[in-house]
Amino acid sequence: MSMLDVRGIILHFRGVAALSDVSFRVEPKTIHAIIGPNGAGKTSLLNCISGVYRPQHGTITFDGRDISRLTPSARTKLGIARTFQNIALFRGMTVLDNLLIGRHVHQRTGVLGGGLYWGFGQREEIEHRALVEDIIDFLEIQHIRKKVVGTLAYGLQKRVELARALALAPRLLLLDEPMAGMNAEEKEDMARFVVETAEERGTTIVMIEHDMGVVMDLSNRVTVLNFGEKIADGPPEEVQRSKLVQDAYLGEAPELFA
Amino acid sequence: MTTDGTTVSSLDRLGQDDTFPKLLVRNARTMPDKVALREKEFGIWQSFTWRDYHDHVRDFSLGLVALGLQPGENVAIIGENRPEWVWSEIAAQACGAASVGLYQDSNLADVAFVIDHCDASVVVAEDQEQVDKILDLLDKLPKVRWVVFTDPRGLRKYQHEKLIAFTDVEARGRALAAERPGLWEANVARGKVTDLAIISYTSGTTGFPKGAMLSFRNLLGMAMNLHAVDEKRPTDEFVSFLPLAWIGEQMMSLSTALAIGFTVNFPEETETTAENIREIGPHVMFAPPRFWESMTSTVQVKIMDTTPFKRFMFNLCMPIGRKVADLRFEKKPVPFHWKVLYRLAYWGLFRALRDRLGFTYIRSASTGGAALGPDVFGFFHAMGVRLKQIYGQTEISGISCIHRDDDIQSHTVGVPIPETEVRISEQGEILSRSPSVFLGYYKNDEATAKTVVDGWLHSGDAGYLAPDGQLVVIDRLKDVMKLADGTQFSPQFIENRLKFSPYVKEAVVVGHDRPFLTAMLCIDMGVVGKWAEKNRISYTTYTDLSAKPQVYDLLQREVDLVNEKLPDAARIAKFVLLYKELDADDEELTRTRKVRRGFVEERYREVIAALYGDAPEVAIDTTIKFQDGKTTRIRTTLLVRKLTMGRAA
Repeated sequence: MSMLDVRGIILHFRGVAALSDVSFRVEPKTIHAIIGPNGAGKTSLLNCISGVYRPQHGTITFDGRDISRLTPSARTKLGIARTFQNIALFRGMTVLDNLLIGRHVHQRTGVLGGGLYWGFGQREEIEHRALVEDIIDFLEIQHIRKKVVGTLAYGLQKRVELARALALAPRLLLLDEPMAGMNAEEKEDMARFVVETAEERGTTIVMIEHDMGVVMDLSNRVTVLNFGEKIADGPPEEVQRSKLVQDAYLGEAPELFA
Repeated sequence: MTTDGTTVSSLDRLGQDDTFPKLLVRNARTMPDKVALREKEFGIWQSFTWRDYHDHVRDFSLGLVALGLQPGENVAIIGENRPEWVWSEIAAQACGAASVGLYQDSNLADVAFVIDHCDASVVVAEDQEQVDKILDLLDKLPKVRWVVFTDPRGLRKYQHEKLIAFTDVEARGRALAAERPGLWEANVARGKVTDLAIISYTSGTTGFPKGAMLSFRNLLGMAMNLHAVDEKRPTDEFVSFLPLAWIGEQMMSLSTALAIGFTVNFPEETETTAENIREIGPHVMFAPPRFWESMTSTVQVKIMDTTPFKRFMFNLCMPIGRKVADLRFEKKPVPFHWKVLYRLAYWGLFRALRDRLGFTYIRSASTGGAALGPDVFGFFHAMGVRLKQIYGQTEISGISCIHRDDDIQSHTVGVPIPETEVRISEQGEILSRSPSVFLGYYKNDEATAKTVVDGWLHSGDAGYLAPDGQLVVIDRLKDVMKLADGTQFSPQFIENRLKFSPYVKEAVVVGHDRPFLTAMLCIDMGVVGKWAEKNRISYTTYTDLSAKPQVYDLLQREVDLVNEKLPDAARIAKFVLLYKELDADDEELTRTRKVRRGFVEERYREVIAALYGDAPEVAIDTTIKFQDGKTTRIRTTLLVRKLTMGRAA
């Protein structure tokens, strides 16, 4: 059974059609890339999955359950997490605090229990801290654990954002351009972390990415959008050969795909 | 003391526990619940007691037996400083095998050479990065039977019949222990003090690395002899952050830690080292000059950025600390009022500064491997960190000389540790002899024969013994030059000392095959210019400033200071101040700012002729080239200053 099954999504903003009849499936423990030219509707599609947008038609099934009508927070509780194209962290807080906030949806202590702290609150905090430290170790950000996020380099902030998404312990992770604006070395690091997230932690990943090298190297399957329509779907090599994709996406520079 | 002295050596204080595995068993018996190792992981210092340490080594060692490791074979280890690194080493030794440490940042060619040359049958690699290196090379390494990895991350999908996890080896060891009880104890008991313990590969400046074979007697003898003059205590904390393949780290984290029983701490990541040192607050530290230098410059940069009050306190207290440190260097009593001032400075600055750097509890700090400038040296002494210089090489298990607590001088490397003799050969080479001199280079008898002659280890370093018996290291022997009468000197050694003066930007010492030494100095325009302004000396250009008699007087005092510390025969007799700075654009310096000696001597041959002539001055008429290709003509008269201390005088 597919982990995520998107069927017949139609999304329009008044007269503008953002997505017209888009369907695709994501298999468990795979890296699924969504590519397409600017304005193709990639981020809109991600927003539909995470629940920020409500499509006018179509269904989204996650683990056999229809989640089309659920709020974003309800979807998060089911195990869907995301990162944003523009970093959305609490800039004035430390890396550690940002990650602990990522654990918030899983916290059971109430205002009273947390306020009293000793006993259940403390036990729970230790539990969450242990999970967060595991992620810090996984993403190799020990040295910035106590640094304020706003003071960090851009590449590191992107890594912290991934860490916070992982803190939610998601089964499905939506990444919106995780490597945008990075230098070659940072990209290489991030690519390694994305692969390891899928392999080591068994997380399914849906990723929007512009860097074709990265897409071809990392993903198991690629969905191509153009003007809100799906024009191709398949393993990277197959998509790469598709004439339709080359025309739509790459225009006159097919050598980019090489 | 003679070599017969070994029968009453410091090593005897260890009694029957004279190998690493035996010491481990002893410590697990005498202090089972004391913390032996700590590793920061998941943001918390995770502790291993001596019992845990012992159990891991026992399991892994028996696991190696189960994998078929035979006595006399070797185990190569590559990775960051982690508990598994030291466990693997002692486990191998308990099997009767020697351990060979590899530098974790070595390139493929070096890794391949060392693993193949040392005939390793098992390689313990830390993580995916290191495993990838080894697996890539495995075709060329037929002698390797197993590759053990300690961190499984990223390796889940690897399928290779020679690859096995550290924990799986331990599990095999536990199974074997159940099958054959008493095997571990028998293996440990079999070890002898004369057994080969480690092979330490040193990167030669030419050719392939050479593997120095060191026995337990070498390593533990050195540790105990060092301990005799630089005490360590079981309650001490030590942070292990330099490569474990390096003899200095072996000496601290293994030999000394096992013999004394102090706690070894491994930082979380390389990037967090400074922070982790502060958390631990070590009592003992050993690091090369670059560590101390970078710490000094970090402090100086931070002081520039801090609040005016803190900067004021720093500038107020630091000179007090420096003054007291200088008095101590000169072995003069510290007057009462300076003691009071120092106390105030301690509360005002040094206490906080030491806490920041993690030096609150430091008792033994040492530096070695290269020269450390007196300024940096004084900086640590000012704040009360009694930094000592050490001298030694891998072939003598690490150390042969160290400063004593009451006799620390920035330009020497101390006196020999017990059971160690140091003398200077007729060629001026530093020779040493002790029970810690190595067994020889692995599979390289030719090199061994060249290095150890009649029991004396030839260091390849030139040096001399100061009148008070302190050893002074000059330079590598091959860089040393000779005066016409055969007296040796190292131009670089003298130039470096001249350049420690803030007024001297560059220095070139001349004297090869000549009757005496002379120097050409370039003043530091900024510093000398400021000094001139303060002393109301007017000047126009660099050429003008460097020709002022007052400037000559100033520089003469600096040269005299350097001369005082040089042996009589190798003192500077005359010097000139050059009319321009040496410049890489004029090809006088390399791009890394090293003097191109031959070129400079050719270019300034008139000046040198004047230095060795009788004329008090020389007329210069030359053109110099600017970066943009323009040239300008310089006509000036260069004074030659004679020094009373020099031999020509």
